[in-house]
Amino acid sequence: MMKQINMDDLIQRVMAELAKKTGEVIHFPEQKVCGVDNPHNPEALERAMARTPARIGIGRAGTRMKTVSYLQFRIDQAAAQDAVMKTISPEWLQQLQLPELHSRATSMQEYLMDLESGRLLSDESVRWLEQYGDKDKDVQIVISDGLSTSACEATIPDLLPALLQGLAMRNISVGKPVFIHKGRVWIQDQVAKIVNCKVVLSLIGERPGLATAESLSAYMIYKPDANTVESDRTVVSNIHRGGTQPIEAGAYLAELLADILKYQASGVKYMQLRAQNS
Amino acid sequence: MKLACVIRKQHYQFTSVRDVLAKASEEKSGDRMSKIGANSALERMAAKVVLSELQLKDIYENPVIPYEKDEVTRVIYDDLNLSIYNEIKNWTVGELREYILSFSTGMPELTRISRGLTSEMIAATAKLMSSIDLVMASQKMRHQAYCNTLIGEPGRLAFRCQPNHPTDDPEGILASIKEGLSYGSGDAVIGINPNNDSVESVTKLLKMTYEFMLEWEIPTQNCVLAHITTQMQALRSGAPISLMFQSLAGSQRANDAFGVSKDLLDEALELMLRKGTAAGSNVMYFETGQGSEVSLDAHEGVDMQTLEARTYGFCRHWKPFMVNNVSGFIGPETLYDGRQMIRADLEDLFMGKLHGLPMGIAPTYTNHMHADQNDQEIAGMLTVLAGANFYMGVPGGDDVMLSYQDTSYHDDASYRELLGLRPLREFEKWLEKMGLMENGRLTERAGDLSVFD
Repeated sequence: MMKQINMDDLIQRVMAELAKKTGEVIHFPEQKVCGVDNPHNPEALERAMARTPARIGIGRAGTRMKTVSYLQFRIDQAAAQDAVMKTISPEWLQQLQLPELHSRATSMQEYLMDLESGRLLSDESVRWLEQYGDKDKDVQIVISDGLSTSACEATIPDLLPALLQGLAMRNISVGKPVFIHKGRVWIQDQVAKIVNCKVVLSLIGERPGLATAESLSAYMIYKPDANTVESDRTVVSNIHRGGTQPIEAGAYLAELLADILKYQASGVKYMQLRAQNS
Repeated sequence: MKLACVIRKQHYQFTSVRDVLAKASEEKSGDRMSKIGANSALERMAAKVVLSELQLKDIYENPVIPYEKDEVTRVIYDDLNLSIYNEIKNWTVGELREYILSFSTGMPELTRISRGLTSEMIAATAKLMSSIDLVMASQKMRHQAYCNTLIGEPGRLAFRCQPNHPTDDPEGILASIKEGLSYGSGDAVIGINPNNDSVESVTKLLKMTYEFMLEWEIPTQNCVLAHITTQMQALRSGAPISLMFQSLAGSQRANDAFGVSKDLLDEALELMLRKGTAAGSNVMYFETGQGSEVSLDAHEGVDMQTLEARTYGFCRHWKPFMVNNVSGFIGPETLYDGRQMIRADLEDLFMGKLHGLPMGIAPTYTNHMHADQNDQEIAGMLTVLAGANFYMGVPGGDDVMLSYQDTSYHDDASYRELLGLRPLREFEKWLEKMGLMENGRLTERAGDLSVFD
């Protein structure tokens, strides 16, 4: 069996080399291709296409997509499906030097199909946090792979320092950030309870879309308790290169956390208090 | 009330109406996760048998969530026409199914009994129906509503132009609006999901879309799908809104999680009727979908499909212009694959229509469920056949802000083409005036956003 795989691999490599030599290799376009025949205003069309990652200006065959844009769509969807199953790189985690905790989900399948498994820490992680987590701080940061490890890898290295710096500037105390494998948003309530922070912030990889598999979301809640509802959470989504830039997001989140601490509320309650005071 | 049966020499006992409803549901991962679904294929059939012989009064007398405990139940029961209910309360669910499918039952009869049916009765009937049953029954019903345009006329199909942008860049959004309009999409509403839910940002987008509609004299409605409280604040400060949006669910606890209640919706409707810009009186736009209660851990032991029906029973209180079903938006923990998604779409369209609602369908899938574009298009074609009022229109089917796939501007145009359906009346005239449509078909000029430049 082993031999067979090596043989296949070898054949593939030889074929790839041959194709390069003979020039018989397709370089399929990854960028949007203008598919409109005889546009009314080509410059305006080009400007519009550059203004949004949305699939516009792609033209049509009858009412259907042109072949290139159809295949691009299917390629992007295939890549997004594959991205969900990727696991986080241990080297990357080591570089960041974050303590690693785990939810109760023991596999990707369990994580996907049983929400509860991702909403609670494993017993061992509970014990670790009780013993070593920083207690009684203003803010506790949780980072989680969620549905996209790529999102964490692409955004956290820029976002986290900007966020910590912004919080330090405002003299807001922060517990040491933790990484939780296969954590869902609600796990932040349990973390907040254990470390007794005022606000808990979770940075979680979003489900991969077609335009990007690197989108991160931030969820914040002020003193979650038994009466907490979903609309008590403040959410900032679409943090990625094509959305809100990670560095910008870090600075913005620091500002937002300061505001949440000021109003002692998050989510819809926070929005209403803020509107009343503006 | 009989809650037990024997099939294939096996005795099956169920504990309550709620239990029968849950176990009679077609297989869905969300019901499995909340541990209320059938444990075997035969148990599911046993539950269907018991359900088919339940009388409507058995269901009436046993709401799946008690009246005292749940606001959704209260709205459904308080809005029920008791005179009609009393005429049919001795029917079994099996008889109700046959009545609905009978040749002699048409739109007038269905509209009438609809007022005497609770949401659980409607959910129960759907559990005894196959795909063709659901499509044929749905075809009989067509509900109209009027905002700036009239939606739901026979032979017409509308779309929401959904021009989302990851950072709400108004120019980027406008580019997608122009693209959608050039494909004939946008007669249901130009509706933006904002990334930034602040009143200032939402107001800016409302003004931008309103001014664009005025400039080009587009007969449609605008909407920014922020939380309802944000939209109400914007409206109070004078923002131009023709449709007000909110996501709703089928249990009070789930609606609490969404931050909405009956009182809040009453206030929103009243505010819209006083300060909104719409010509007509149907000024609300609701979104629903199987699974939201499960993912909020607010299902109360009730199956997803029954909860979805209850959401419609709740929705109809505010006489919406659009109710959009987005089953498939959440993920595999609620609807596992394309098969479950297609089934949910067919059930929801039927159930919404039997509630008298102007229903639209968003056949959607996320990238972490086992579904692809082929499944989505099947769901789309079947529900067009079943007579949905509207669909979404997303550039290339890829929502770059919400990260999921929905029907594209191309799909919208294709659905019309497939069945010879026309845009909404006023909007079709506008498309003709713009040179984008002739005799119900897109012209050479269509599909080019730069016709606006």
